[in-house]
Amino acid sequence: MHEWALAEAILASAKEIAETEKLKEVTEVTIRVGELQQVEPAILRFALFQMKSELLSNAKFRILKAKTTLKCRVCGTTWQFNLKKLDKTTAEAIHFVPEVAHTYIKCPKCGSPDFEIVSGRGVWLENIKGAK
Amino acid sequence: MVDPRTSVINERLSRISRIIAVSSGKGGVGKSMVATTLALTLAHNGCKVGLFDLDFTSPSTHIILGAKNTQPKEEKGLIPPTVHGLKYMSLVYFVGDNPAPLRGADTSNALIELLAITQWGKLDFLVIDMPPGIGDAVLDLVRLIKRIEFLIITTPSLLAFETVKKQVALLCELKMPIIGIVENMKMDKTNGVQVETEKLGLKYLCTIPYDPQVEDAIGNETKLLNTAIGKKIQRVAKSIILTEKRVP
Repeated sequence: MHEWALAEAILASAKEIAETEKLKEVTEVTIRVGELQQVEPAILRFALFQMKSELLSNAKFRILKAKTTLKCRVCGTTWQFNLKKLDKTTAEAIHFVPEVAHTYIKCPKCGSPDFEIVSGRGVWLENIKGAK
Repeated sequence: MVDPRTSVINERLSRISRIIAVSSGKGGVGKSMVATTLALTLAHNGCKVGLFDLDFTSPSTHIILGAKNTQPKEEKGLIPPTVHGLKYMSLVYFVGDNPAPLRGADTSNALIELLAITQWGKLDFLVIDMPPGIGDAVLDLVRLIKRIEFLIITTPSLLAFETVKKQVALLCELKMPIIGIVENMKMDKTNGVQVETEKLGLKYLCTIPYDPQVEDAIGNETKLLNTAIGKKIQRVAKSIILTEKRVP
């Protein structure tokens, strides 16, 4: 239920933005979830609906997925994260802290753990819409 | 695109009265040993205490504590397990005995993630074992936790104290509270560090003599609290409990 903690962060962040933008109401929040963190969209959506309040009471949530691209800093190889190659315990560790991917995933070409998570790491607030 | 995680960090830490980063400009001065001993001692004095190992690439507090067969519980985030009376969190719960080769940006991201999802609950103190230096971890904590206080560890070595002076200069510039300086592993009776500490306008908290028994106390809470570190930190802990935050 890690998704609940992230949902709370999304709501807090959206509220901050709405207040800065002087919105009277938030109508839509767009969230992008990176494949690496393996956030379950249905649980995230449920948590958002359960906890939304005040400015976000009537907000709709769009949850978009992002593929995870990794790039080796040693040999330059770029590759896609593949969850199916991981066992359950490893996948769960990466779910909680995506950076521990550096412990378990190596460059498919040179074997280095020194790679960049180019895209698709975790949860991002992409856009909010509302009425002033 | 906005990273939402930072918006919830202060809420996560809102029920913690004081947050103390045990820090040093130099590695190998005994930060982890002091941080662990301080956390245990505060707990023995009746306080609710958490210990957070932020030395992601070289964690060691789990070894000092002898934290075996524990795991955080997943419940709307992560609830830290209780180890010898401390709420305890470390990256070792996710990497085990394997290396975690993290660059600066990855360290920051992992730190933000754990601060955003760890449910510490109500604590009197959260003690943070910092990595050495004044890099990402220090800068991130200063940025993210406005009310953090620093406890600085040095050895009598000029090499250690010179880095500590740079750290103090940075923290003072950033207007961060410094509780004081602990001089660890002292083998003679010189008072150079004490004099220099006082010149910096900081409190010299204590001298901890070099104690060869410390190695034997690793992983054993009772033995640890009976070492020279344990006895000296008892006084520091009492002083911390009795005093309010100090601002340089």
